[in-house]
Amino acid sequence: MIEIRGLGMYFGKFQALSNVSLSVEAGEKVVICGPSGSGKSTLIRCINRLEEHSSGQLFVDGVEIGEETRNIRNVRMEIGMVFQQFNLFPHLTVLDNLTVGPVRVRKMSRRDAERRARKYLQRVHIPEQADKYPSQLSGGQQQRVAIARSLCMEPKIMLFDEPTSALDPEMINEVLDVMVELASTGMTMICVTHEMGFARKVADKMVFMEEGEIIETAPPEEFFNHPRSKRCQMFLDKVLEH
Amino acid sequence: MPKTHPSLIKFQSSQHRTADAGRWVRLMLDSRLMSILLYVLIMGLIIRVLMTGAQAIGYNWQWYRVSDYILEMTDDGFQVGELLLGLVTTIDLTFRSFALAVAIGLVIALLQLSSLMIGSRIAIGFIEFVRNLPLLVLLYLIYYVVGPIFDLGRFTASVLCLAVYHSVLVAEIFRAAIQAVPLGQWEAARAIGLSTPQCYRYILIPQSVKFILPPLTGEAVHLIKSSAIVSVIAVAELTTMGRNIISDTYMSFEIWFTVAAIYLIFTLILSIFVTFLEKKFEVIN
Repeated sequence: MIEIRGLGMYFGKFQALSNVSLSVEAGEKVVICGPSGSGKSTLIRCINRLEEHSSGQLFVDGVEIGEETRNIRNVRMEIGMVFQQFNLFPHLTVLDNLTVGPVRVRKMSRRDAERRARKYLQRVHIPEQADKYPSQLSGGQQQRVAIARSLCMEPKIMLFDEPTSALDPEMINEVLDVMVELASTGMTMICVTHEMGFARKVADKMVFMEEGEIIETAPPEEFFNHPRSKRCQMFLDKVLEH
Repeated sequence: MPKTHPSLIKFQSSQHRTADAGRWVRLMLDSRLMSILLYVLIMGLIIRVLMTGAQAIGYNWQWYRVSDYILEMTDDGFQVGELLLGLVTTIDLTFRSFALAVAIGLVIALLQLSSLMIGSRIAIGFIEFVRNLPLLVLLYLIYYVVGPIFDLGRFTASVLCLAVYHSVLVAEIFRAAIQAVPLGQWEAARAIGLSTPQCYRYILIPQSVKFILPPLTGEAVHLIKSSAIVSVIAVAELTTMGRNIISDTYMSFEIWFTVAAIYLIFTLILSIFVTFLEKKFEVIN
């Protein structure tokens, strides 16, 4: 589904990614963790080309992503993305946040789009908030709306960029629950997160990154119990301490 | 119980009498009556200075003749006076050139923000060229140079001049407002697959309206005022009308005061209307 080969990327002179390779099968759940500034977000932002990589190759569903990609929008339609800061559209109601993509990009009729939007609001357990504005919702609810907004495009892949990092502690679980449910539907997911409980529960593959490189890739069982690298061990010790 | 100003509390406890006096002075200065009195006093002084000045040069006030130039009572009923006709032309000129300025301004702003090198260079070139010319020179350029080439009339040339001059200012307003929308909005819009025009149309521009309206009103008022300059090429707007009347009647004081008052009323109405619009467009967040 996703094939990354030797990806490199620079912000000016700073090397954000160096020689990153990773492949993700359809239906696979990959959790990426690592200290901040290690290039996790940059990596998943390259996948839908919010960042442009400078070397290496990146394929999504067989299509190479790069300068020559004719229609990046067709690729983006198939990739949902959830941001740390939600990034809901504050001037639109929840329902309009959800329908703007299907109506404008997928050219669905308003009625069908609304039906679909309500279905996904149901999926994230907030059908009653459809007519509110994002600012009237709690952080956890906003993030669930953001998830529903991505799902409304019925993507093949979902990217999560630290979806719970901006949330108050008591709201983290409601978002993680939705993500666990989503995982059980067979969606291909790549999550950047520090929620190790969630990772243990859903991940098929754990990836540890540091300084723009992938240090370790392993199934969760092995990753948590017998990490091979020392740096990964140190990171886990810190994260799992409490 | 009357509220005591926080800064006075400490003061009072230490020195009762002085504090009381200070408080009364403060209350008096704060009161509405006092501000009205002060206002009347200042206005009175200004008017008095003007009057004595006019008297000193032996000015002959003829206010009773002014009303004819606004609305004239004749045998066939009311006739629209010259000043009012001028105002109509001013309004016409303002609306046309403002609409055009907004359209050109939007295009320039989008060009400037575009990732195309050529686009932003063209926009910057245009902005720098227009912004660094005096309005009067721009008017002469358009009327005397561009005008004959394209066979433009006085009115069209004026509209074009005002529109071009204000479009660069409007463009700056648009650019700043669009850039004021958080980057995350842009990213989220792209991530669900919206094209660049769609991002602007459905996500960025609706959110920039609240940043655009206040400075754009200022620009509209500015445009109304700069429209007076087209009197130099004899477009029959308010200022030209005023000048013509004065050259017939020598009532310069009365007519200029009236013209100023008409401009003031026009711009005030506009400001009030936009305050109302701003409330309507206020985004909940």
